[in-house]
Amino acid sequence: MKIRFWGVRGSIASPGPHTARYGGNTTCIEVRSDAGELIIFDGGTGIFPLAQSLLKQLPVSANVFITHTHWDHIQGLPFFTPLYIPGNRVRIHGAYDFVSGSGIEQVMNVQLQYSYFPVREAELRAAIEYQTLTIGEAVVLGDATVTNMLLNHPVTNFGYRVDCNGKSMFFSGDHEPWTNIYAAGDADFDEYQAMIDARQAEMEAFLKGVDVLVMDCSYTTAEYPSKVGWGHGTFDGSLELAYRVGAKKLVCTHHEPTRSDEELEKVFADLLTRVPANGPEVVLAREGMEIEW
Amino acid sequence: MSHISPEVEKKLGLAVEKMPAFPKSVQKVLELTRNINCLPRELVGVIEKDPVMTVKILKVINSAAFALPNKMTSVNQAVVFLGLNTIKNMALSFAAVGILPRMNTAGFDVQRYLMHSLTVASIARKLASQQVTGDVDPGDCYIAGLLHDFGKVVFAQFMPDEFSAALAYCQEKQVPLHVAEEAVIGADHTVVGSMLAARWQFPTPLVECIRDHHKESGHSAMGDCLRMADQICRYRQFGDSGNPYRVGEAVIAPQRFGDDLDAVIASLGDLDHFVAEAQSFALVGTE
Repeated sequence: MKIRFWGVRGSIASPGPHTARYGGNTTCIEVRSDAGELIIFDGGTGIFPLAQSLLKQLPVSANVFITHTHWDHIQGLPFFTPLYIPGNRVRIHGAYDFVSGSGIEQVMNVQLQYSYFPVREAELRAAIEYQTLTIGEAVVLGDATVTNMLLNHPVTNFGYRVDCNGKSMFFSGDHEPWTNIYAAGDADFDEYQAMIDARQAEMEAFLKGVDVLVMDCSYTTAEYPSKVGWGHGTFDGSLELAYRVGAKKLVCTHHEPTRSDEELEKVFADLLTRVPANGPEVVLAREGMEIEW
Repeated sequence: MSHISPEVEKKLGLAVEKMPAFPKSVQKVLELTRNINCLPRELVGVIEKDPVMTVKILKVINSAAFALPNKMTSVNQAVVFLGLNTIKNMALSFAAVGILPRMNTAGFDVQRYLMHSLTVASIARKLASQQVTGDVDPGDCYIAGLLHDFGKVVFAQFMPDEFSAALAYCQEKQVPLHVAEEAVIGADHTVVGSMLAARWQFPTPLVECIRDHHKESGHSAMGDCLRMADQICRYRQFGDSGNPYRVGEAVIAPQRFGDDLDAVIASLGDLDHFVAEAQSFALVGTE
């Protein structure tokens, strides 16, 4: 199994000298199963350089899984070049949207509107299929199985787990650990706490023993109090999660767009001082980084 | 066994999509959501007092499209699963449908209906948590109270002529409203309410509780809490949801609550704040 990171930035693409080493593209992760099945998590701007690399391997059969439909996870999709080439097959998976009442098929047609993009959806020449997933639905792709879990973000967000010949990885998409909306002492506090504790336990059971855990680590613990409800996690929260579920490796991603490479490394060095002796290996996601095992 | 024709069932089932919410909740949702830092618990507090918004949210999240492993029965559960922003945007889209008029064309007073539903909901929840601990979820009792008469609003909104005739029949013959509905429309509000709840994939105990709330016997603990709360509201005249028929003082479920109605009421402590809260929610914003 192999993972390659093509986009590791959160919120907005942030190119420039300050982000040159870790990269400024928004989320896109390529996963290859042992047998070579192509699984792509999210279509942020990082999907464009991935598309360039795929042009050497035509025809392409790609399985795209969208964690959620915020711009930084979908805005590269219209530039996914294999969509324009006959003979390619692209299947796009994602969640149902409760507010619009639409399935994942809207991810392309909202972007390919006349005022915003010159190509119409009907003009894409690859065989494109949309598969709206229900919670926990497993998708079998050759030797790999992709399952989802509903996480916590301001729009429906699926975290995805890939299992392949006893190896496994998980990508959170964007996720903020559940917090109680009531204050201690409020009538509904205990009931609400029980519900979020159950969600947390369900998540940890879902992640149990995963080899590589790729998590949204947008903020530091110090930054988090002013970002509650924005839908993102912290470095330390992800480390604690990785430790509890027995993950072998934690990859911190969704780097904050204003955080320079130097600042990112400083925050990360600080985090490393808190990794327990028997804890996971912890790395920062970087464009071009590959993990193979 | 009363039943409604497939045509009427279809008409009523589709109608709820178009049903406007109550004035106070629409006003509060619009007000709260103008502030990006609005407190989640305040928004939940508004939504869960409006039967229309509650129903619409639970209907969407329980729909087959998402195949949730367990059926949802509270707005808080919906927030835990889908997140506050999704619930906020759903509430805003329901607010955009408009507001229910104070009196609709059938002559049905929707404010009094809301007052009754909210008070029954709060008392049913209190009965469940204080007197039948363990047997029943207090949150489910709240929803049962909030929705038990929902069939009436649907009748009033979408079959106003028939419902108006039922209201007149009930006054004229001095019979309970559900008897009048059965005589005039061919089905009462429990049939319509439970039919809709089943269609929205609400949990079976909740559907049965709505369906059976005018039956004499065979009630679950949730059903007893609901009927007891309903009796207390009528007896203390906290609002009657369009049904002027007076109830007796014999406790409706003595095996669970004892046979002294005044003692049951006294055991609940001060109910005035429930009533005042329901009153302010039901009546403000209607002038």
